[in-house]
Amino acid sequence: MAKQMIETPLLDQLESGPWPSFVTGLKRLAKEKDMMVDLLGQLETSYRTRKGYWKGGTVGVFGYGGGVIPRFTELKDENDQPLFPDAAEFHTLRVQPPAGMHYTSDLLRWMCDVWDKYGSGLIAFHGQSGDIMFQGIKTENVQAAFDELNEHGFDLGGAGPALRTSMSCVGAARCEMSCYDEARALRTVINNNLDDMHRPALPYKFKFKFSGCPNDCVNAIQRSDMATIGTWRDNIQVNEGLVQEWVAKHGKTELVNQVINMCPTKAIRLVPKDQVAKGDGYSVAAVDAQDCMEIDNHNCVRCMHCLNVIPGGLLPGKDKGVTILVGGKGVLKIGATMGTVIIPFMKLESDEDFEKLNELARNILDFFAENALEHERTGEMIDRIGLVNFLEGIGLDVDPHMILEPRSNPYVRTDGWDEEVAKWNERKAAAKAG
Amino acid sequence: MAELRQPIESGAPDPKPYMHPVMVKNYGKWVFHSHPRPGVLYHRAESGDEIWTVKAGTQRQMDTYTIRKLAEIADKYGDGYVRFTARSNIEYMVADEKKVEPLIKALTEAGFPVGGTANSVSMVAHTQGWLHCDIPGTDASGVVKALMDELYDEFVKCEMPNRVKLSTSCCEINCGGQADIAVIVQHTKPPKINHDLVANVCERPAVVARCPVAAIRPALVNGKPSLEVDEKKCICCGACYPPCPPMQINDPEHSKIAIWVGGKNSNARSRPTFHKLVAAGLPNNAPRWPEVSAVVKKILSVYKADARPWERMRDWIDRIGWPRFFEKTGLPFTKYHIDDWKGHRVTFNASAHIRF
Ligand code: HEM
Ligand code: SF4
Ligand code: SF4
Ligand code: SF4
Ligand code: SF4
Repeated sequence: MAKQMIETPLLDQLESGPWPSFVTGLKRLAKEKDMMVDLLGQLETSYRTRKGYWKGGTVGVFGYGGGVIPRFTELKDENDQPLFPDAAEFHTLRVQPPAGMHYTSDLLRWMCDVWDKYGSGLIAFHGQSGDIMFQGIKTENVQAAFDELNEHGFDLGGAGPALRTSMSCVGAARCEMSCYDEARALRTVINNNLDDMHRPALPYKFKFKFSGCPNDCVNAIQRSDMATIGTWRDNIQVNEGLVQEWVAKHGKTELVNQVINMCPTKAIRLVPKDQVAKGDGYSVAAVDAQDCMEIDNHNCVRCMHCLNVIPGGLLPGKDKGVTILVGGKGVLKIGATMGTVIIPFMKLESDEDFEKLNELARNILDFFAENALEHERTGEMIDRIGLVNFLEGIGLDVDPHMILEPRSNPYVRTDGWDEEVAKWNERKAAAKAG
Repeated sequence: MAELRQPIESGAPDPKPYMHPVMVKNYGKWVFHSHPRPGVLYHRAESGDEIWTVKAGTQRQMDTYTIRKLAEIADKYGDGYVRFTARSNIEYMVADEKKVEPLIKALTEAGFPVGGTANSVSMVAHTQGWLHCDIPGTDASGVVKALMDELYDEFVKCEMPNRVKLSTSCCEINCGGQADIAVIVQHTKPPKINHDLVANVCERPAVVARCPVAAIRPALVNGKPSLEVDEKKCICCGACYPPCPPMQINDPEHSKIAIWVGGKNSNARSRPTFHKLVAAGLPNNAPRWPEVSAVVKKILSVYKADARPWERMRDWIDRIGWPRFFEKTGLPFTKYHIDDWKGHRVTFNASAHIRF
């Protein structure tokens, strides 16, 4: 409105250069909003002193315990008055986007309308957990902004010791690698457990992420407590015409160097046509008049490399499903951990399959809620209690797919050996009869 | 006070109403893709339906003017449907190939670089920083803007051996995540404690419990309950700072920036990997962090020249070995590169495998 712009010589240096500048955007907003003039003032101060000046607090909406990130300025004068009063409150609403982050132009414009009306006009698409982050709102406007968003089908995401907003890859919407309906899986698991998102009462945060195949475009294995990764059990599907097109374009040398030699388990070979392996478990494509590419599917680890190099020529199998890994997380406190396989394969097609996924998620959340120490992530809890205790806790049997190799030390009491062997044999027999 | 309305706990919205109709129709039935040119993807469904995607970089932290501009481009030159990627790129989907070139032109003219597909250096996944976090050591958005200005060409061309994902985080918690190259704040001095505030602000047992190396003890300072840090033990991780802001870890001079390489989220070829520390001690030099860009660009240029097709940063280093990585990039190897945290033994070379 009328507020005098603050000089920002340091931030101004981020307006040059070819990449879109957030500073230019902030300044554009500052022409209309006093809040953004003062935000620029505080940010410029940070650039000068190299310090941050926000502190948290408690701000929320009626009925929920989380989802709003409160920010109050700490830049005060000697009388404890904010140096930049119009940005003294600068909260964020974390809002869950449509799964897969799809928008129409109308939806984007409507979100702009809401944020121009109640907030600063600054929106991040998206936070690293996948929220739309509506940034910069005063406490007094929070409820009204939320009401308007919420009336139109949008809900707050997670913050604090709670279930967090989830992410799924573009997957089935536009990707031939997709092995399940990622958006449905996300919405099944998240929308059935919203109480844990909106009323933070877990030991610490819990994240689900959903990737349609082992390319794991949403970093589920590294960044989520429970990762659902699409995969398949049967043979890689071959479209021989597209394989041959690829070979005609790239040549056999590239096929050898970039596909066959880079298979991590040496599951692919180039073989003369008359020597191709027969029987189940092999995918075969003639690459020219002499040779075939032969994939030993029992030794393929579904790494995706060959499918990525020859798109459409090689595709995931037909017997699709998911692998579940548990315990991925960032640095604090024991160091970053990756997810560990707890379910090598489960189908995810029918209503019952999705219900099973939901039950598994609920079961893991419950175990976490009851057994993790305060401020302990699932991966840390598993580190502390051991994978076997975790599996027993949630009622899953051990499986050799869960490990890279068996233990290399003798420091273990094995007096239950015979019973464990009996259990294994029983399971084997049941599977056979199955 | 007016009556407050109960929230509608609707959770994650159904994407279908906002999804391009060709994508709705062929949901789960795609069979082929190609990469006609940098920034453009082509997908074909079983039914024969086709869709083109034009990808462009954004500043992530967007003002409504920018978002309206993106929406207007979607209406004028696209089909009105967009999506965002996990790295804050925007994707326009169109069902008619003829729309691709005008769309690229419109985006480019409006200042949104078209690229970020396949073997490019994509936009940096990043965090909040001074703009909005309460514990930041730097401003992620600024580092990223400065870095992407320098890497612009690598975003709009696709000339890397394989895709390159970057991340930036403004404290060691690393909300930015794992990446081929990650830029992360690294503190170098233990927290300075403002003893006058501890008693009022901090729950002391909770702070003690947060420290990964048990370096914090409750103590009486000037007769008031406070905390003390065993500075010999402290690893300067900053974990005590979020629950107790008087444990001031951020320091204009001693909070440095470190560079990590070789994080890989995909399972392609090797199993996923975490990034590894390669450089530290870089100054937190706002507003353009030139020292950070210089190291990132150096690593990228060596990777680009030396890696084979399809080798991600980590695949390349696995082939040439870490000694050669340091040799080729000219980055110094120091005692700080040798891990001494839990599980460090698996990072040692327990073999006679040496490259000469
Ligand atoms: C105390 C203040 C903290 C602030 C202000 C903060 C801020 C954020 C924000 C804004 C995001 C993106 C959120 C979104 O997408 O909606 C994020 C993500 C993340 N945060 Fe934090 N964070 C804090 C503490 C922590 C702590 C203590 C940890 C770890 C122990 C952590 C680990 C992460 C990780 C790993 C992500 C990325 C998550 C993902 O990919 O799902 N953060 N943080
Ligand atoms: S994770 Fe797989 S299915 Fe999902 S978008 Fe990436 S490549 Fe496609
Ligand atoms: S997907 Fe299977 S066959 Fe193809 S490269 Fe990976 S492991 Fe080898
Ligand atoms: S990386 Fe650290 S400073 Fe940056 S947003 Fe995350 S918690 Fe805040
Ligand atoms: S900085 Fe980290 S190691 Fe040092 S006292 Fe704080 S929590 Fe402990």
